[in-house]
Amino acid sequence: MKIPYPVLIKRTEDTAKWLPIVTSVGAVLLAFIISAIILAATGADPFKVYSYLYKASFGSWGAFSDVIVKATPLLLIGLGCSLAFRMRLWNIGAEGQFFVGAFFASAVVMVPLVNLDTTPRWAIVSLMAALGMLGGSLYAFIAGFLKAKLNINEIIITLMLNYIAVLWNNYWIFGKWSEAGFQMTKTFPKVAWLPRLADYAKQVPAFSGMTLHVGILFGLIAAVIVYLIVYRSKWGYKITLIGDNRRAARYAGINITANTILVFMVSGALAGLAGMTEVSGVVHRLQERISTSYGFSGVIVAWLAKLHPFAVIVVSILFGALLVASREIQPSGLSFLIQGITLFLVISSDVLLKYEIKWVRPAKETAQ
Amino acid sequence: MNWTEIFRSGISTGTVLLIAAIGEILTERSGIQNLGVEGMMLLGAMAGFRVAFNTGNVWLGLLAAIAAGGILSLAHAVVTIHFQADQTVSGLSLTFLGTGLALVLGEGLTGQTGPVIPRASIPLLSQIPYLGPVAFADHNLLVYFGYLLVPVVAYFINKTRPGLHLRAVGENPAAADTLGVNIYRTRYLYTFIGGCFAGLAGAAISVAIAPGWNSNLTVNGQGWIAVALVIFAHWNPWRAAMGGYLFGILRRLALDIQGPALLLGVANPFFYNTNLVFFLQMTPYILTVIALIWGSSAARKKRIGAPAALGTPYQRGERGL
Repeated sequence: MKIPYPVLIKRTEDTAKWLPIVTSVGAVLLAFIISAIILAATGADPFKVYSYLYKASFGSWGAFSDVIVKATPLLLIGLGCSLAFRMRLWNIGAEGQFFVGAFFASAVVMVPLVNLDTTPRWAIVSLMAALGMLGGSLYAFIAGFLKAKLNINEIIITLMLNYIAVLWNNYWIFGKWSEAGFQMTKTFPKVAWLPRLADYAKQVPAFSGMTLHVGILFGLIAAVIVYLIVYRSKWGYKITLIGDNRRAARYAGINITANTILVFMVSGALAGLAGMTEVSGVVHRLQERISTSYGFSGVIVAWLAKLHPFAVIVVSILFGALLVASREIQPSGLSFLIQGITLFLVISSDVLLKYEIKWVRPAKETAQ
Repeated sequence: MNWTEIFRSGISTGTVLLIAAIGEILTERSGIQNLGVEGMMLLGAMAGFRVAFNTGNVWLGLLAAIAAGGILSLAHAVVTIHFQADQTVSGLSLTFLGTGLALVLGEGLTGQTGPVIPRASIPLLSQIPYLGPVAFADHNLLVYFGYLLVPVVAYFINKTRPGLHLRAVGENPAAADTLGVNIYRTRYLYTFIGGCFAGLAGAAISVAIAPGWNSNLTVNGQGWIAVALVIFAHWNPWRAAMGGYLFGILRRLALDIQGPALLLGVANPFFYNTNLVFFLQMTPYILTVIALIWGSSAARKKRIGAPAALGTPYQRGERGL
């Protein structure tokens, strides 16, 4: 193809270490600028919106605590996605796995699976976390199995499973577990709550009203574990190899079927744990709207972090802020818009990592 | 249960899936997979309703929807064709982008009513017993457009020269390039056309089948079902039509089944326990999963499957397939 513009694009192997960070940050900034233009076009004042966005998320310690609360599920889901994406498995089903995890965790209280009056709090909460992970991983198993055995497009399967999981939850909260006809369960007893800062307001007055709960610790621990798996373990090496070059991995004798299912299940377990932290740490009941598209934002978080577990922490906090601020902001689709543009710019900027772009003077055709 | 009504409404809701799936078939036949159908449909639904509402002219609304879907799809085209980005991630971000744009630009439209696509009956054909009232009577015009679209697109793909080029680009771009087909231009064109169809499908909801704007519930996953339908249909417009109508009918059936107290002579559980409705609402999604499982094994047996170059970027000078 004749290149009509004066640039030369050349494939490059060695990319500077700082370049991915620069392009990611640049993509986010550019996304905010483009969104501002769209906002201005709809008649809103982008400066007002953004200053409100900042105040609502980083303006005070209380607001920041809310941000971390929102970042917790994003962190867990983003980590799960980053692991799956590394193997080029498109688990878009975190939303569904999140709901099933929340459902399994709620079952501990609602069935109830243990005697809530005599069992200690740590045991109940641990059981809820374990069941949340189990639920998420079992649900992800369906997609992993179909992908591994029948090579069915996992994106569509996981998406369909998302809708099914939400309806399954609805069946319980509208019916059997409904609290007096409302579309939610009863509030869980305190023994089923994840401890949070506000619980210690008596000892530390500054904590009063702070909703930050221990779920964030789960997220941070998970980040370290995922880091160790990916960069320090044989299994992580296998996952990366399968993702980079399937054929080579198969020749090397790596069991792709088993690893596909396994990675899907780990990814689902993290999303399920996110569902558990949300019901046990934040809303304290199972209800219809426990997720504001965490499952999808997690995808973006993972991609924006270039699949690096520690970068996922940073990006999830940023997106947590976006979610906190956009709760009260109009228009309501703004956070989706910024996320969509960001993701687009990030994948476009990847070309900068793969190719060297040089401006050249177009060769003048010698007449005659 | 009123079977005529179930089949009728199945055909009209199936038209949405049909239009979107045919667009995606054209795109995928050129080797580009665009998973952003949901986002393009939502933007199309918003643009169609907004323009129809503001101008009072439903046809302008349709044009706006087609343009909106097409323009949005160009983002996918640039990123995947020129920048060779991963088509999965790009398609997914297109859904986000379309959803975000539609929600921001659709602000304040909820609950409004606007003009809708007129309805018509086909003379003579609507007199055919059973079939007439189901397929040819009092449908909105887009349903008839769907009837025409299927044979036209099937003929185009299989029997015309540009159709041959399209298939060549999707199956073996390197060979097509040697024969002088412009791979890049072809892929841009069909990605754009696919986007136009997706936009139209979105408007088919918002100005015809379920008129109005209901934020992201307007499309509610139908874009994804359309993508699944393409796989189920083996990239064949006739099968896509069959699948689309079948889905539409089954979805309607799931709603109507709650009506009677007696079903086939036994007490109808869906009538007595209204909470079971959530399981009925799952049916389109479960059907999609089953269709994919079935489609995958059928595709294996018959060795008909995706265009060989689907999802792989083409770069001149590099070894092709």
